[in-house]
Amino acid sequence: MARIAGVDLPRGKRIEIALTYIYGIGPTRAHEIIEACGVDPDRRTQDLSDDDVNRLRKQIEGTYKVEGALRTEVSMNIKRLSDIGCYRGIRHRRGLPVRGQRTSTNARTHKGKRRAIAGKKKAPKK
Amino acid sequence: MPRSVKKGPFIDDRLLKRVEDMNSRGEKKVVKTWARASTISPEFVGHTVAVHNGNKFIPVYITENMVGHKLGEFAATRLFRGHGGKLADKRSKR
Repeated sequence: MARIAGVDLPRGKRIEIALTYIYGIGPTRAHEIIEACGVDPDRRTQDLSDDDVNRLRKQIEGTYKVEGALRTEVSMNIKRLSDIGCYRGIRHRRGLPVRGQRTSTNARTHKGKRRAIAGKKKAPKK
Repeated sequence: MPRSVKKGPFIDDRLLKRVEDMNSRGEKKVVKTWARASTISPEFVGHTVAVHNGNKFIPVYITENMVGHKLGEFAATRLFRGHGGKLADKRSKR
């Protein structure tokens, strides 16, 4: 079982894809890592030798900020904005989009599921 | 797209001059300004700047964390009192 940065990698997937299951590693970084370690990207996770896994682990832990450390960094950045009371901080606090998108419609990713508004009439069906 | 690095950050000249003047004399007074687009430079730290929001001046105390942001980010131009209903009516009467 390959465990890197506290995440179990899926066994049946190509290692290049399996690495993207780690928070902070996407396709680009996964490719970089594999190239730096000289591992065949088409090998499955379960077929890797312990030596390969150790090299990958060393490369990831030495080069990138992943999982917990990265999550704390992101939330610290948001907290900073929120603490100085700037516009972006206020938008984060209210759960609204931060980068000037429209909010009259859309913006559902940040606002979450639609909430029903009391007393609002539904449009009649034709 | 961000501002060209070649030009450096935009800092309102008049405002910077006034703050530097105060720094050299070691006094602290509230400076009124309309320069919302001006970047906050390290000289401003510890001062209070009254930033215009289109209606009145909002006093902003500058801390170290704010350096690099624009003054306008700290003086909201919009006032949202909530959508209709009894609650909103009460609030808007104030």
